[in-house]
Amino acid sequence: MTAPVDVRRTLLHEMVRIRRFEERCVELYSTERIRGFMHLCIGEEAVAVGVLGALAPEDAVVSTYREHGHALARGVPMTSILAEMFGRASGCSRGRGGSMHLFDAARRFYGGNAIVGGGLPVATGLALADALAGRSAVTACLFGDGAVAEGEFHECLNLAALWRLPVVFCCENNRYAMGTALEREHAQTDLALRAAAYGMPAWPVDGMDVQAVAAAAERAVTGVRAGSGPCFLELRTYRFRAHSMYDPDRYRDRAEVARWKDRDPVDRWRDLLVADGDLDEDGWARIVADVDEEIEQAVAAAEAAPVEPVEELTRFVYAEPS
Amino acid sequence: MSAATDPAVDPAAATARSTYREALREALREALRADERVFLMGEDVGRYGGCFAVSLGLLEEFGPERVRDTPLSESAFVGAGIGAALGGLRPIVEIMTVNFSLLALDQILNNAATLSHMSGGQLAVPLVIRMTTGAGRQLAAQHSHSLEGWYAHIPGLRVVAPATVADARGMLAPALASPDPVLVFEHAGLYATEGDAGGAAVGLDGAAVRRAGTDVSLVTYGGMLPTALAAAEHLAGEGTSAEVVDLRSLRPLDEDTVLASVRRTHRLVVVDEGWRSGSLAAEVAARVAEHAFYDLDAPPERVCSAEVPVPYAVHLERAALPAVDDVVAAARRTVG
Ligand SMILES: Cc1ncc(C[n+]2csc(CCOP(=O)(O)OP(=O)(O)O)c2C)c(N)n1
Ligand SMILES: [Mg+2]
Repeated sequence: MTAPVDVRRTLLHEMVRIRRFEERCVELYSTERIRGFMHLCIGEEAVAVGVLGALAPEDAVVSTYREHGHALARGVPMTSILAEMFGRASGCSRGRGGSMHLFDAARRFYGGNAIVGGGLPVATGLALADALAGRSAVTACLFGDGAVAEGEFHECLNLAALWRLPVVFCCENNRYAMGTALEREHAQTDLALRAAAYGMPAWPVDGMDVQAVAAAAERAVTGVRAGSGPCFLELRTYRFRAHSMYDPDRYRDRAEVARWKDRDPVDRWRDLLVADGDLDEDGWARIVADVDEEIEQAVAAAEAAPVEPVEELTRFVYAEPS
Repeated sequence: MSAATDPAVDPAAATARSTYREALREALREALRADERVFLMGEDVGRYGGCFAVSLGLLEEFGPERVRDTPLSESAFVGAGIGAALGGLRPIVEIMTVNFSLLALDQILNNAATLSHMSGGQLAVPLVIRMTTGAGRQLAAQHSHSLEGWYAHIPGLRVVAPATVADARGMLAPALASPDPVLVFEHAGLYATEGDAGGAAVGLDGAAVRRAGTDVSLVTYGGMLPTALAAAEHLAGEGTSAEVVDLRSLRPLDEDTVLASVRRTHRLVVVDEGWRSGSLAAEVAARVAEHAFYDLDAPPERVCSAEVPVPYAVHLERAALPAVDDVVAAARRTVG
C-alpha cells in the first residue's frame, strides 16, 4: 500500500521543514535571538508529520512545550512561529508565550502546554464539546512518556473512554523524561498496554517511520471519528538532542544515541524514496532549497517585526470586547 | 524545564565562599550524613543531579535509596513524603518549581498542613519540601510565578525563603529538626550568587536587617533581596537612608522586626515578586497599618509584579517584574 509519489514527497518535505527549522533555531538561540527554554523534536519529525497529517482542518490539537514540529505540521505559519520565539508582536502568541507556548486558534492548535500532563484534560474537554455539539471533529492530544506517570493521564484516559470521547491520545515515547529513562520511570514500560487497560484501542507504532505513523494515525482518526471512542498510539521515537538547550545530557549513553541516529526518520525516508525511484538528486536539492528559502524569509520577517508596545503588557489577561 | 548547570564543582570549596547552589548542596550533604532517616527525593534529583544542579554528585555519594529519582508524579511523591514522615523518616522532597507544586497542592494543604491539627495533635509531619520559584529568565507563564505567598496563607505550614548564601546553607538543618512541614523557596535567580556560607545553622523564624537605615524600610524576601539592596544603594546616593529587612520566614512572619524597623524609619516599602492583590506584601502592609499606624509618616507602598501571567518577551517580562527603579521611585514617594 504505497502512497502516491506526491504524498510521499510531501511527507519528506514536511519532515525536512521541521528538521532544518529547528537546526536554524539552534543557531538563533546561540546568538540569543531566541531565549528561555527551547525543546527540540529533532529525531521525532516522523511523529509530527505522520500524526498531524492525518487530521482534518476541523480537528483540534493539544501539544506540549516540544511543539515546533506539531505547529509546523499543523500549518501554523513558520513566520508567526519564529516571530513568537523572537518575542515579537507578530508572533502567534503576540510574544507572550515563546517557544513553549505556540497557539493558533484559527487552526485549532490549542498550544504549547509546559506543565507535563497539563494538556490531557484540555484535550478531553475539547472532545467533549465537539461530541456534544454533534461535530465530527477529533482532538489529537500529544504528550510524552513522562506524562504517563502523572495523574492527569490516568484520569483523562478513564474519562474519555467512559464518555466515548473523540480523542486520539498520542504518546511520543522518546524513552526519556528529561534525564530519567523509561525503565526508571515506569514499572510497566509497555505504555500501550496501560492505555488499553482503560478500555480503548491502543498499540505501539514505529515512530521513526513516517509511513507507519501516518498509517496508524489514519486508522486511529478514522475509528475515533466514526464514534468508537478514544484511542491511544504509543509512538516509539527518540530525541537526538538534549532535553532542552540547558541540558548537558549527562545521562545518555553516546552509543545509544548513535544507534537511534542510524534510524534517522528523515534520512531513511529520503533514501527509501530514492531507492523507489520517487526522488532524485535534483528533487532532493529542490526540497532543501525550498525549505531554506522559507526559513530565511521567516528569519528576516521575525528580525524586522516590531515588539509589542510595553504599554500593552496587561492586555489579554481577560477577554477583550471584540 | 531544565537545568542551568554548574560546571566543575569542588565540594571542599563550599565551606567559606560559595554559591547559593553549592551552599544548598552542602547542607543536603551534611543532612544526609548526619541522620540516616534523611533522604532526598524528586524528579531528576539523582542521575541528572537536579534540574538546577543542586544535588549534583549526591547520588554517587549516598546511593539511589537515599537520593531517589521519582517519576513525574508530583502528587504521589509529595504525598509519599508525607507518609514517610509519618512513618518516622525525615524526607526532603524537591519539586522542580513552584509551578509544578500545584499538582501536589492537595497533598500539601489537605494532608501535610492539616494532619497534626485534625488528629488532635497525635500526628506530626516532619517533612521538608524544597522548590524553585520566581521569574527573570524568559520562561513565560507556566515556569515563572512566585506563589510562595499562597503557601504562606496556610496554617500548619512553615514557609522560608533563603535569600543569602548563608541562609541557603543554614536553613535546612532547622527545617529538618522542625516537627512541622517546612516549605523552602529557592529563587531561580539566586543559584549562581556568591557569598559567605557560614556553616552554622540559622534560625527559621527571625527576619534579618540586611542594611541599616533611618529614612525608609524596604521589606522584602527571597529573590527580591538583591533588588532591594541595589535600590538602597541608589537611594543612599540621593541622601536617603534605606533600611532593608529580609523576612526570611514567610510563615510565621517576624512582625516584631518589621515593626521595629518601621518605628525607626516611619516609612514602609514592601518589595515582593508576587502579584499585588492578596499578596504577602499586602499582609505585611496590613500588619504595619494595624500595629504601627501612628508611627507612619507616609502611606505604605508596595512594589509587586504586574497583574499578568509572566510574559515571554524580554521587554514585557522586565516590565512585569519589580525593578530597582520601581523600588527607588516608591521610596521617594514615601520620603517626598
Ligand atoms: C508537572 C511538571 N513537572 C515537571 C516538569 C519539568 N519537566 C518538563 S519536561 C519534563 C520531562 C517530560 O518528559 P516527557 O513527558 O517524556 O516528554 P519529553 O520531554 O521527553 O518530550 C520535566 C520533568 C514540568 N514541566 N511539569
Ligand atoms: Mg519523553
